[in-house]
Amino acid sequence: MMWFAAFLLGLAALAFAFRFAGQVATGRAPYFRDMTFGVAYGYLLAAAALIWLVWAYVQGRSPDPLVANKFFFLRVAIEGFIFFTIAAWLFRILGRNVGTKQTKRLFRSMPLTAAFGVMIILVYIFVAVFAGVLAPYGQAEIIRGVPANIMPGGNVAMGGNPDFPLGTDQIGRDILSRLIYGAQNTVGIAFATTVIAFLLGGTLGFLAATFGGWLDQVLSRMVDVLMAIPSLIFALLLMTIASVWAPRLGIPQTYFMILIIAVIDSTRVYRLARAVGQNIVVMDYIEAAKLRGEGLGYLMFKEILPNATAPLLAEFGLRFCFVFLTIASLSFLGVGIQPPLADWGTMVRDLGGFVNFAQFAPMTATPPLLAAGAIALLAVAVNFVVDWALHRSSGLKD
Amino acid sequence: MTQEPLLKIRGIQIEGRSDETWTPIIKGVNLTLQRGQVMGLIGESGAGKSTLGLAAMGYTRDGVRISGGTVEFDGIDLLKASANVKRDLLGKRIAYVAQSAAASFNPAHRLIDQHIEGPVQHGLSGRKESAEDGVALYRKLRLPNPEEIGFRYPHQVSGGQLQRAMTAMAMSCRPDLIIFDEPTTALDVTTQIEVLSAIRDIVAQYNTAAIYITHDLAVVAQMADRIKVLLKGEEVETAETRTMLDAPTQQYTKSLWAVRSFERPTKPAVQTGAVPLVSVRNVDAAYGKEKVLHDVSFDMFAGRTMAVVGESGSGKSTTARCITGLLPPSAGQILFDGTALPADYRKRSKDQLRQVQMIYQMADTALNPRMSIGQIIARPVQFYLGLTGKAKRRRVDALLEQIELEPSEYFHRLPSELSGGQKQRIGIARALAAEPRFIICDEVTSALDQLVAEGILRLLARLQDELSLAYMFITHDLATVKAIADEVVVMKDGRVVEQGPKDEMFSPPHHAYTDLLLSSVPQMDPDWLSNLLAERGVDNIGDAAVNKM
Repeated sequence: MMWFAAFLLGLAALAFAFRFAGQVATGRAPYFRDMTFGVAYGYLLAAAALIWLVWAYVQGRSPDPLVANKFFFLRVAIEGFIFFTIAAWLFRILGRNVGTKQTKRLFRSMPLTAAFGVMIILVYIFVAVFAGVLAPYGQAEIIRGVPANIMPGGNVAMGGNPDFPLGTDQIGRDILSRLIYGAQNTVGIAFATTVIAFLLGGTLGFLAATFGGWLDQVLSRMVDVLMAIPSLIFALLLMTIASVWAPRLGIPQTYFMILIIAVIDSTRVYRLARAVGQNIVVMDYIEAAKLRGEGLGYLMFKEILPNATAPLLAEFGLRFCFVFLTIASLSFLGVGIQPPLADWGTMVRDLGGFVNFAQFAPMTATPPLLAAGAIALLAVAVNFVVDWALHRSSGLKD
Repeated sequence: MTQEPLLKIRGIQIEGRSDETWTPIIKGVNLTLQRGQVMGLIGESGAGKSTLGLAAMGYTRDGVRISGGTVEFDGIDLLKASANVKRDLLGKRIAYVAQSAAASFNPAHRLIDQHIEGPVQHGLSGRKESAEDGVALYRKLRLPNPEEIGFRYPHQVSGGQLQRAMTAMAMSCRPDLIIFDEPTTALDVTTQIEVLSAIRDIVAQYNTAAIYITHDLAVVAQMADRIKVLLKGEEVETAETRTMLDAPTQQYTKSLWAVRSFERPTKPAVQTGAVPLVSVRNVDAAYGKEKVLHDVSFDMFAGRTMAVVGESGSGKSTTARCITGLLPPSAGQILFDGTALPADYRKRSKDQLRQVQMIYQMADTALNPRMSIGQIIARPVQFYLGLTGKAKRRRVDALLEQIELEPSEYFHRLPSELSGGQKQRIGIARALAAEPRFIICDEVTSALDQLVAEGILRLLARLQDELSLAYMFITHDLATVKAIADEVVVMKDGRVVEQGPKDEMFSPPHHAYTDLLLSSVPQMDPDWLSNLLAERGVDNIGDAAVNKM
């Protein structure tokens, strides 16, 4: 602790020297002249962090496996970051030169983060659609003559098998295949759920905004009641009930899950649609349409909806992430997507024990982290794209 | 004048960023301001007045940069000065008064707390002294209850008072230069006077130099020693106020001056016994329990314009809402062509709705930003007249031609791609598309520049002659009334104070309130304000005068 405090203090002195040196070297150029001490300190702090990262990376590549294992995940993270940055950059160049005039223009104004997001989302869609072709084995296939818990990495000396690059799980299913199918199940179900949530919440929200009065009161109070219950616990409760009903009615439990999560999430969509709608309803063009004698459908879908698409689209992205995480957590808790369907949340739960090996055998710990990483990567990608879309629609300039 | 000028702007060039490129906003303007002098900057919106005003402080808005020229304030080059030097100057020696005081005050703090921020921050005086000084300034600016008004929050004082409090705040450090950016544009005429006279007095008293930005020529004539006219980022001409008013040399300046001369010929009086097209009969109306209209009655005839005049809050727009049926009156009725209209617009037939159309003040909010011009105008054509396909397109084209816009060029554009005046024309076309007999124009020109507004007024006048429309023209601008009205109704506090033909209304004797309104309209004569103050006495202007009624 002491040495860390000393380091920060030393950095403070260095920052002062750095700013002074900058002023002298550039002949008091406005940038250095008007630089506050905090900014100078920030520069040095960032430089120190960068130097440490480089050092840690070199350690991660050390020939001594004890040292290398300690920095294994940091090394992977750094390599992944560099890889994705380059990939996103190349992807953006591709987008700027290939495609229609509109998409080219879109890519020209796109920040790298958004390009990364779009790229990841496209990859996920591709994997989800072609899961059957891409996966070497079936998602529920227990492969004959292959032991369970093969080490990932395909290194025979370490207990791996080149046929199963990510190893097998506790009952001998191929983890790579299950990861690929997971994209189809988790993402597809999340998408369907979000769409239903938007149809429901959006329509009711606009209705409440246009009509106001008692309809608004009734709908809003109902939504308040639903929102007052913690959503995950509420979902768990309803899923438990559904697990009893589902076999009796002969409807797959997954349908119940889609409906339950859609209803719970539609309350949030309702609130947004109502708020956005209320801002639009007071506009003079709505008054003009009302005085023209227009019907409710025209008001809602021709006058209000086109002006609300930007915030709703942004919300769609965010809501999709939340739904997706809810499904993963429900699956993790055992009431979500049911085995043998492959799902990332379930995979994290089933393989979670391996994380304990992370310190001395990092490769063993990768399968649950890969499933969790697949969830995290999509969430980050969607958020990047949403950020960008919001920025564009709000008309903010830099 | 051998003395060194206070502010010297030389060849300043300012660029704004749009779509990844920098486009020039100000193209090399010079400005020299002596100590204690007031310079008026006028021009249409988009001429770069505000940008130039801000550049005088060495400041630009986001996405705008100064690309050339110099700004020298009292020998200090503001464009090269360090952030520390500028921080010391701004607020202390250069102050800024924004157009909307309501948006510029922090609503969460009391006026006096915001007032003393400047002097305390700059280390000029302690909290107590500057608060006392604030009270003294409030008194000089003739704010009511100067001792106590500082303890109010911004929403607790009126717009005119807030604007004066803001001027006091700008004065708090006794700056050498104040930049006034349209300080009275959002105010009623009666309130405008008190702000103008307060600003003028205090600027003269402390020998402060000022840049006064406005688009209202009559206002600038009262305030400025010199006037600079800007057009599209370039200077048109600069001269002493009197010289400029009496003998402008440039064509553009002359056209600005000429706007105020538009006036329609007086129409013959309405025949006795004629059935009014729209008749408002003893209407009372209320928002909840708050009664806002009291026994309002007047008649409007085909082919004629009724101007409804009054300050904000006088019930002009509420009357319009009663006529359209948005606010059903609590008593009285609206007759259209002799028959009573249902009070609620939902109960009116499609044809009854068609006959009454409305044009709004803010064209920005009156047009759906996601619909193209063609769609906006085509909707009523299809809705009321049932035209589709080619017939609909022909009708829309004809309407666009009627409002003097080229159909092929504008049909597919979005409202955001039009100028303010063009948007207002689209609003007119949408109203015309229903083929109504009666149109309510709610402050249609108040958000527009004078030249553009005149174009709209001429268009409305022409359409009235061609289509024999009846207009109800809501406005607080008496110059507009003079230009276009046939009859006038003056409203105050939800009551009709006076009504009659225009010529009668503009010639004495008046009702006391009408008289106050009329005399409060700024004239182009630079001595007008001084004469008016001499006549009324400083304690009998603005709110004070209104309250006496």
